[in-house]
Amino acid sequence: MSRFPEPLTLFGLAAAGTGALLGSALLVANALHDPGPDPAEFPPLSGAAWAQDAAGAPAERQEDVASADMTASPLPAENPAPSREGGYGLGREALPEEIAAWDIDVRPDGQGLPPGSGDVMTGEALFVERCATCHGDFGEGAGRWPQLAGGFGTLDSEDPVKTVGSFWPYLSTAIDYIHRAMPFGDAQSLTADETYAITAYILYLNDLVDEDFALSPETFASVRMPNAEGFFDDDRDVTELALFSGEPCMEACKDSVEITMRATVLDVTPDDGLAPAEATAGGAEASAAAEAAPATEPATEPAAEPAAEAAADPAAEPVAEPPSVEADAPASAPDMALVAAGEQLFRRRCASCHEVGEGARTRTGPVLNGVVGRPIASAEGFGYSRVLEDAGAAGRVWSVEELAAYLADPRGAMPGTRMAFQGLRSEEEIAAVIAFLQSHPE
Amino acid sequence: MSDRDPPFRPDRRRLLTGAAAAGGALIGARMAMAQTAAGTPDPAIVNLPPWTRYLGDGVDARPYGMPSQYEAHVVRRHVPWLTADPISSVNFTPLHELDGIITPNGLCFERHHGGIAEIDPAQHRLMINGLVHRPLVFTMQDILRFPRENRIYFLECAANTGMEWAGAQLNGCQYTHGMIHNVMYTGVPLRLLLEEAGLKGSATWILAEGADAAAMTRSIPIEKAMDDCLVAFRMNGEALRPEQGYPLRLVVPGWEGNMWIKWLRRIEVGDQPWGQREETSKYTDTLADGRSRRHTWVMDAKSVITNPSPQAPIRTGPGPVVLTGVAWSGRGTIPRVDVTLDGGINWHRARISGPSLDKSMHRFYFEFDWDGRPLLLQSRAHDSTGYVQPTKEALRAIRGENSIYHNNGIQTWAVNEAGEAENVEIS
Repeated sequence: MSRFPEPLTLFGLAAAGTGALLGSALLVANALHDPGPDPAEFPPLSGAAWAQDAAGAPAERQEDVASADMTASPLPAENPAPSREGGYGLGREALPEEIAAWDIDVRPDGQGLPPGSGDVMTGEALFVERCATCHGDFGEGAGRWPQLAGGFGTLDSEDPVKTVGSFWPYLSTAIDYIHRAMPFGDAQSLTADETYAITAYILYLNDLVDEDFALSPETFASVRMPNAEGFFDDDRDVTELALFSGEPCMEACKDSVEITMRATVLDVTPDDGLAPAEATAGGAEASAAAEAAPATEPATEPAAEPAAEAAADPAAEPVAEPPSVEADAPASAPDMALVAAGEQLFRRRCASCHEVGEGARTRTGPVLNGVVGRPIASAEGFGYSRVLEDAGAAGRVWSVEELAAYLADPRGAMPGTRMAFQGLRSEEEIAAVIAFLQSHPE
Repeated sequence: MSDRDPPFRPDRRRLLTGAAAAGGALIGARMAMAQTAAGTPDPAIVNLPPWTRYLGDGVDARPYGMPSQYEAHVVRRHVPWLTADPISSVNFTPLHELDGIITPNGLCFERHHGGIAEIDPAQHRLMINGLVHRPLVFTMQDILRFPRENRIYFLECAANTGMEWAGAQLNGCQYTHGMIHNVMYTGVPLRLLLEEAGLKGSATWILAEGADAAAMTRSIPIEKAMDDCLVAFRMNGEALRPEQGYPLRLVVPGWEGNMWIKWLRRIEVGDQPWGQREETSKYTDTLADGRSRRHTWVMDAKSVITNPSPQAPIRTGPGPVVLTGVAWSGRGTIPRVDVTLDGGINWHRARISGPSLDKSMHRFYFEFDWDGRPLLLQSRAHDSTGYVQPTKEALRAIRGENSIYHNNGIQTWAVNEAGEAENVEIS
């Protein structure tokens, strides 16, 4: 339990850790400071010494380069930051509760496995609720989301299918990762029991355990991962370095040269996100790809995504107006601020499944252009949950009120919905997301 | 500014229309205008431009300076079909728009697994735990009290050029080679932080962990951790950008970018690797026989011609051309780059200009007079260990086509009579 704390506990610890305790703890820590390891016990290795081990040949250090190999301006010799005997006395001792809150990793040998247990049947229900939107009910993967099951015997084929069953060497990796980073967008929300159950179901989908299997620290070692022996340490030093060294041919190296493959045949290069209008306004870059592409190039990929990303990132927006200009904006500013806030939220919380804007289409979730005011479950080509289809059939529409209730608590408002989303925290956030959606009509 | 300058508008519109009609770069269109204007006075000279007549913005109109509005096309771009969503995804540095060896912070490619963590540095902590005499917690203020180093290193994603394993696919060095950047880091040697906690004798590995929604983790051998890794808080002089791990990121020189944990919150010391998702199911290199190399950390020597390239064609016709590109190696410096114009029949030594630093990008040039005939351009990097960048065929002979990562094969651009460049493979 200590390694997989409930979210509330975790939050409490984090908050406490930021408090005024720090100052006094720092003093104590300084007073008690450990002299550190015996230098003989662990001598710092020089860059040259270590690089020689790895590469089989000495690597030049920066000071050597500066003196011997500079083609332009000389650089001062590199002076490494000095160690201090006994350390610098900085930092404070980590409390056991703090280490427990953060040290959630699980090793292949089972070190770090939290107490708990979860069986296949429990895992199936959890998986359908929390994971299937992206990974499919049976781990088959939706769209480009990862496939989790199957793929056995494909690793040496033209198209390897790498799943937990066919590829992953360690069971610990699945337990660790599912708790660490899943569900996507709601990380570290699963309890130890839930994590074990979901992992057990994934093992079951891969025919690695029976349907009555329960995964726990006690049964962990009984699971055999089929590709456990399929990995070996980097051997490039032995298999490649000698082949790829030596003086190469410089003159008359071959009789003739022919082009054997062209990228334009595939035509998968993005159009750089510049629609013709934008190109005129911003100074398009010369794209031989765009020119070489057939005139009938279909708009298969949404051009809105790169633009949206760039717009939300000040660093990538070289033409951003200075703040003083925005301050002069007329009375519609609050709405625009709300829409902008909604866009930020949408990108972080919704955009992994839903698209909106020019070129948007249904992907993992239905396209949301014009969603405000449209009948529930009316996006073409999307397989809705039963509860949403029923609501649509009953004539209900995504009014602001319906949408607000759904965004606040998806499973409360629409019991049985497969939208794997926990809900937005505040009314302000909900209002912002709805305002953003309203700014994108059909 | 243009709002105050009605006389300027027609000129600018004409210029832009010209660019659009040419279907090419603004610069290309400008060049064309200058050439067609031969014999008649150049309006760019004889007309008084508004920026010469009227005053411009004062100081503080741009408290954080941004590039010229005419550089708005110089941005990171991504390939929508590559990933399931734009959050766990990657975009690409516009290498063809850059020169020298330093990548501007706002153009450094992004690779996130759980989106950008927006962290208040006052709320950020770095913990060291595991096989140490004393587990420690550092605040950002603590970190800033340790001695620092300044180092220029390239960071290349292991998957850079990964889409090209099965053949020429993406048209532009931004997409084929843009998962790389090269910046100066300011940071504390990780060695000093580990010494502060005191390594136990059994310590052989560390696990670095991020504070993002992927809680990104990688195992790193202790020798590397104690050698040249930095815990960096600045890039190119300013604070790390949020998308590059603000307020702290791990710098693992010469090794694959996935190990450079962003939003670094914890270092655990242990006695074996942790077999995390990013070092088992991902970032392992599957060979043709179905077995997979793991712990393929070092980035092999590599180079690419950035100009001319598909996004940067020759727009100036026959005559002098500045061919340029970048080269780097995770094993050392790049003392030499060879360039061919004829698909590898004859090679020429390129000229390296700028600092030649360990595990840093190098800039090379090869100036030549183009006769207007088609070209097959390649570059070939040599590193300070004697390693020579291999052909893609040589790599495939050993690794097959499914290893995804570590594709450092020689890149070919075919330039046609019009100066347009295309990503190709050759015999």
